[in-house]
Amino acid sequence: MSLKSADIKRIAHLARIEVNDIEAEATLSKLTGILGLIEQMQAVDTTGIVPMSHSQDVTQRLREDIVTESNQRELFQSIAPAVEEGLYLVPKVIE
Amino acid sequence: MINKSLKQLGAMLQGKEISSVELTQEFLNRIDRLNPEINAFITLDKDRTLSQARRADEMLSAGKGTALTGLPIGQKDIFVAKGWRTTCGSKMLETFIGPYDADIIERFDAAGAVNLGKTNMDEFAMGSSNETSYFGKVQNPWDRNRVPGGSSGGSAAAVAARLCAAATGTDTGGSIRQPASLCGLSGLKPTYGLASRFGMIAFASSLDQSGPMAKSCEDMALMMNVITGFDKRDSTSLNREKEDYTRALNKPLAGLKVGLPKEYFAEGLGPEVAKVVQEAIVEYKKLGAQIVDISLPNTQLSIPVYYVLAPAEASSNLSRYDGVRYGHRAKEYGDLMDMYCKSRAEGFGAEVKRRILIGTYVLSAGYYDAYYLKAQQIRRLIAQDFENAFKQCDIIMGPTAPSTAFKTGEKADDPVAMYLQDIYTIAVNLAGLPGMSIPAGFAPSEDGKRLPVGLQIIGNYFDEARMLNVGHAYQQVTDWHTQMPEGIE
Repeated sequence: MSLKSADIKRIAHLARIEVNDIEAEATLSKLTGILGLIEQMQAVDTTGIVPMSHSQDVTQRLREDIVTESNQRELFQSIAPAVEEGLYLVPKVIE
Repeated sequence: MINKSLKQLGAMLQGKEISSVELTQEFLNRIDRLNPEINAFITLDKDRTLSQARRADEMLSAGKGTALTGLPIGQKDIFVAKGWRTTCGSKMLETFIGPYDADIIERFDAAGAVNLGKTNMDEFAMGSSNETSYFGKVQNPWDRNRVPGGSSGGSAAAVAARLCAAATGTDTGGSIRQPASLCGLSGLKPTYGLASRFGMIAFASSLDQSGPMAKSCEDMALMMNVITGFDKRDSTSLNREKEDYTRALNKPLAGLKVGLPKEYFAEGLGPEVAKVVQEAIVEYKKLGAQIVDISLPNTQLSIPVYYVLAPAEASSNLSRYDGVRYGHRAKEYGDLMDMYCKSRAEGFGAEVKRRILIGTYVLSAGYYDAYYLKAQQIRRLIAQDFENAFKQCDIIMGPTAPSTAFKTGEKADDPVAMYLQDIYTIAVNLAGLPGMSIPAGFAPSEDGKRLPVGLQIIGNYFDEARMLNVGHAYQQVTDWHTQMPEGIE
C-alpha cells in the first residue's frame, strides 16, 4: 500500500480537516511510516479468531425508559460559539 | 512537609497539626514559584481551590473527614470539572468551561479532597512526551531539558516536583505508567471498567482508563478506594462490590510467583534500564518471590494493533468537535462544510490530526476487514498471551519504558520512534489488564544527571490489591520512591 498526496487530501476531507498541499506532503511521509508499522499485522494468520472488542465478557446494560436528565439548555449553550434564541447558529444549509 | 505522603498529610489534618487551607496554600505557593518553568499545571483557580479547602476544614472539624479529606490533588485536564476550564491540552477546547463534573471529580469531591488545579497533558492524551500540548511542553523535574513522558506528563511532573501530594492520570496505551516511570513516581492503570469514563474526554474508548499517580503504593491504594466504583453513566463500567485496596498492603510476599516475559528483556531495552530492573528483581527474590520465565509471544504486535484501534476510535470520538455546540470555531469560513474543515484544521494539533487521519483511513470503505477487524483478532491473541502467562505466575514484572526520559525534541519529529516508547505498556491496555509502575532506581544520563527508572508490575484482572501489596512491600525496603529531584526546594 503506498499513499499519495491526493489520498491524504481525500482522507482529510472524509475527516473534515482542511489540509493544503504543503501539509499534505508533510503528512504523507509521516503517515507512510505509521502505516508501515501497522503493516506488520498482515503477517499473522488470524483465521477463525473471534475479534475482541472488550476485555470482559459483558453485555450492554439496559435501563428503565424514564427521564433522567433535566433541561440545561442555557448552561450548555453558554459555551457554544454562536447561539440565538436558544438555537445553535451555523451557516445557511437550505436555500 | 512537601515530601510527605497522602497518608502522612492526612494524619496531620486529622490531628489538627495543619489545616487544609494552610496545606493547600503551601502547594499553591510552590506552584506560583515553580510552575512558570515546569508548566505542569494548565489552569489554576485559587478561589475555587481554597473554598474547597475551607469546606474540607469544616468536614474535619465536624469529624466527617475521610482518608483524603483536605488533601490537594492535581487533576489531569482530561476530566471535565464544573466551572473549571477543561482543555484536554488542545486549542480546540481553549475556552471550554466544564458544565458538569466527571465521575472522578465527583468522587474526589465527595471524599473532601481539594482540586488543586488542572494538569498539563499531551493534546487529547495523544503522545508520550507531553510535547503535543497546545499549552506548551512540560519539564521533567529530574532534568529540565528532558520530557516528563506522556500523556499524563503534567500530573507526573507535578507530583515529582512536589507541587501536589498526588494527581490523577489516564492511561490508553501507557499514559499513566510511562510518565510515572520517567518522573520517578508510582502510577496505576486499573482493570478496564473499574473506574468510570464519565466526563473523561474520550480518546480510545475501549482502552481509556483513569488511575492514581502518587509517591507510594500506599497512597495509590487510598486513591483507588475513591476512584473505582460502578457508574451507570458509563456503559462499560463494571458493577462489582466496592473493594478496600489497602487491605492486602502488608501481606508477606513469600511464595509469590513473579513472571518475567522474555520479550520484555529483548532487543530494544536500554541497558541502563535493564540493569535497574534486574536489581529490583533481585530485591523481590530477597522478599521471598519465586521467579518464573514466561513468554508473551505477541508483544511486538501490540504496537501495530494499537495504532489501528486507538486512532480508529479516536477518529470517531473526535468527530464531535465540529465548531457548532462547543469548542473552537474558525473566524472565517464559507459554507457549513468549510466551517467544519477550517475549525478542525485550526483547533487540532499535528499529532491529533495524524491520528484522526490514520483512523479515518483504516475505517474507510474497503479497509475495515484488513485493518480494524484484523487488529481486533490480534488483540485477542495478545490477551490470550496474558491468560496463558497467568497460569504460571501471580504477577508479571518488567520494565515500564525502554529508556529513561529522553531530551525534549529528540523524538518530536518521528512519530514511529515516539510510539515505540509504549512497547511494554500497550499490550496491558489491549488486554484490559491492570498495570502499574513504581520507581526502581536511577540510571545516569550521558550528561551526569540521575534519571528515574520504573518497574512495571502487571496483574491479572481485578488483582489491584495484590499489585499494591507487591509494590508496597518493595517500598518498605527501598527508598527510591521518597527521593526528590534537585532544585525544587
